[in-house]
Amino acid sequence: MLKLIKTLSVAALLTVVSIAGAQAAGGGIELKSATWKHEGLFGTYDRAAAQRGLQVYQEVCAGCHSLRHVAFRTLADLGFSEAEIKALAKEATFVGGPDDDGEMFDRPGQPSDKFPSPFANEKAARASNGGAFPPDLSLIVKARGGFENYLYSLLIGYDDAPEGFDLPEGMNYNTFFSGHKIAMPAPLSEDGVEYSDGTPATVDQMAKDVTVFLAWTAEPKLEHRKNMGMKVILFLLLMSGLFYAVKRKIWAELH
Amino acid sequence: MSFEPKNPMLKWVETRLPITGMLHHALYEYPTPKNLSYWWTFGSLAGFMLVVQLITGIVLSMHYTAHVDLAFDSVEHIMRDVNYGWLLRYMHSNGASMFFIVVYLHIFRGLYYGSYKAPRELLWWLGLVIFLLMMATAFMGYVLPWGQMSFWGATVITNLFGAIPVVGDTIVTWLWGGFSVDNPTLNRFFSLHYLLPFVIVGVVILHIWALHTSGSNNPTGIEIKDKQDSIPFHPYYTVKDLFGLALFLIVFSAFLFYAPNWMGHPDNYIPANPLVTPAHIVPEWYFLPFYAILRAVPDKLGGVMLMFGAIAVLFALPWLDKSRIRSARFRPIYKQLFWIFLIDCVVLTYIGGQPAEEPFILVGRIATGYYFLHILVLLPLVGMFEKPKPLPASISADVLPKKSSDKEASNA
Amino acid sequence: MTTTTPIEEDGVKRRDFLYIAAGGVGAVGTAFAIWPFVAQMNPSADVLALSSTEVELDAIEEGSEITAVWQGKPVFIRHRTKAEIAAAEEVDISTLPDPEADADRVENPEWLIMVGVCTHLGCVPLKESGDFNGWFCPCHGSHYDTSGRIRKGPAPANLVVPPYEFLSATTVKIG
Repeated sequence: MLKLIKTLSVAALLTVVSIAGAQAAGGGIELKSATWKHEGLFGTYDRAAAQRGLQVYQEVCAGCHSLRHVAFRTLADLGFSEAEIKALAKEATFVGGPDDDGEMFDRPGQPSDKFPSPFANEKAARASNGGAFPPDLSLIVKARGGFENYLYSLLIGYDDAPEGFDLPEGMNYNTFFSGHKIAMPAPLSEDGVEYSDGTPATVDQMAKDVTVFLAWTAEPKLEHRKNMGMKVILFLLLMSGLFYAVKRKIWAELH
Repeated sequence: MSFEPKNPMLKWVETRLPITGMLHHALYEYPTPKNLSYWWTFGSLAGFMLVVQLITGIVLSMHYTAHVDLAFDSVEHIMRDVNYGWLLRYMHSNGASMFFIVVYLHIFRGLYYGSYKAPRELLWWLGLVIFLLMMATAFMGYVLPWGQMSFWGATVITNLFGAIPVVGDTIVTWLWGGFSVDNPTLNRFFSLHYLLPFVIVGVVILHIWALHTSGSNNPTGIEIKDKQDSIPFHPYYTVKDLFGLALFLIVFSAFLFYAPNWMGHPDNYIPANPLVTPAHIVPEWYFLPFYAILRAVPDKLGGVMLMFGAIAVLFALPWLDKSRIRSARFRPIYKQLFWIFLIDCVVLTYIGGQPAEEPFILVGRIATGYYFLHILVLLPLVGMFEKPKPLPASISADVLPKKSSDKEASNA
Repeated sequence: MTTTTPIEEDGVKRRDFLYIAAGGVGAVGTAFAIWPFVAQMNPSADVLALSSTEVELDAIEEGSEITAVWQGKPVFIRHRTKAEIAAAEEVDISTLPDPEADADRVENPEWLIMVGVCTHLGCVPLKESGDFNGWFCPCHGSHYDTSGRIRKGPAPANLVVPPYEFLSATTVKIG
């Protein structure tokens, strides 16, 4: 048994190293990292940060980036009240219908609607953004190696191009973007939004807040998952102990 | 040994359909060597994982939509809206990895203790067939979420068949049902991904049948000689396997609840885009060693043949290994070679995940060469020249003295 | 499992307790593990969120009705005539299979709003037909009156009135 555990842990370690190696490959630039409250075994989303992050998304990102997997009603998880959600949804306009004459019409959003997309389709988005396609942000945190830290680094990573760097027209220099040439201009600027809770809207603060919000949109069930995991694992430990005792008992009768 | 039920109802059924007796024999009285270590638990764990994948898969298919425009969104619907959908989906995706971990350990246990040797050649073959079916199923399952890795994995792997001379392109078009991976491909992959697990169940039944015909191998590699050597499967191994299962579930849960995306790839959270290939495509980790072998050859056909050859040679193992001794415990040289081979496989896994550039290409070629060298050359040679350690007289003889010395040690 | 070895009384008890505890914990764990697989078939969050429909009433003339859709089911919205209202109100409710006053089934007597699904086996009844000039279900011959109450036939209960509220004189929100 002991030997088995030893061998297994060595094998696990080797595999972890080889897989982790596979994942690390390709990156190369060291990302800026921040502490995220939702990390760790008991991590939960920082509600205040996520709420500020929603404001940043709406005032800064939503002009170009969609959030098509997220429904307004789910904002209740971040501590928004039903009335706030209704009001928020109402600001958006959706195409409804057809009515009795077969015509489509505009209708205000409802909590069951998902966030509206700024462009009708990818072609329209590219046409308005100099050929670049602003990706949907619902899953962006899970869809990039480096996860929260990558998004955070990218948002604060705008800089002047170093001497001799060939930056094409319409491109911007970003320390953390692969190849450093990014079509998106620096989205955040000092006091770009006015936080209702009085938090000073520094670029760093806004980058962190919107990252927390987008971490939530990418993995809305994180808290439920970790909570359940703790209970399940404790239960399994108890079960293992009991099964081991039974195993010992039964095998003892053999010898 | 035969099973005679006392309950008249059971008796009535038993005389007409002896299924209870069959199960009783397989799960209850099956005479099992008394010295099986925990390495033998991985067989039942593999069976358990097959059931987990089947059940979670059937349930997920109630919410999934196999259409290029809807597949990605339906997976997100499962993750966000379906009751416990996130749990079921993470169980299924991490379950696939767990299934492969367990099966790889099961295979390496077979290699170490020579479980493939006569009279268990067919048992070994059936196991390899299960392994191949698992790979096909896992590959097609990975396509279903229709993310970037799904799409490009499907494109790269189906293109392998293009290496077949003359008819290659025709076959690839036939596989796709079009001129690229598209909706017809997704639909048929979903259909087959649903079908193949049931084929696996069938082959698993044959695998267990073959196992129960020749009996389990054991750490000494010597056969059961008399009643002293064996114990009934139940309760001894049922309870041992249950304990093993509980421990395994802790590991599974750790991934499931705390690192559900760790074994996945971020790019698969980007919807498939047929016009843009991700910078660095890698298959799921359990395919990496084979992917490394594929890339070791700078020739399309050669690479594909070598990759399939890597599995094909395993079928010949019972005849390539000339040694009459099964267990590596009594084969000092083979034992060393086994561990080197294991490390070689880990190296291949690592290389498979690296970009195709130096020094990885060179290392990959050396590791690939060694893989075949081990199986095709070293294994037959060692069998001929190795001087095995003396075998114990029987399984009991091997177990008993050790037990008493254990006791002395604990008394001291 | 059979043990012929004699074991002292105490040992037997402890062993049995252990087996029962382990078996119990295993059974509880299995039961908990099964629940997500059952719960996943219940309506998902997005389905639950779509629980209300708004209907404009101004185009429905007296004596006619429309069929709206609410939660995937037909909802009959009838602008009743004076005669229909009177017929519905004068019935002696003690004679009904499912006694219910017309006043309890409407918020505004002019508007009868109910789920158009026969309470027998789920067919959609036909309007302005049957022995009571209300609705008639062609599947198995259930007759409903002008208040949608079951009067004759196999259906066990009156047509169901969904929760609804008038947002204005001409707009009703169902659900």
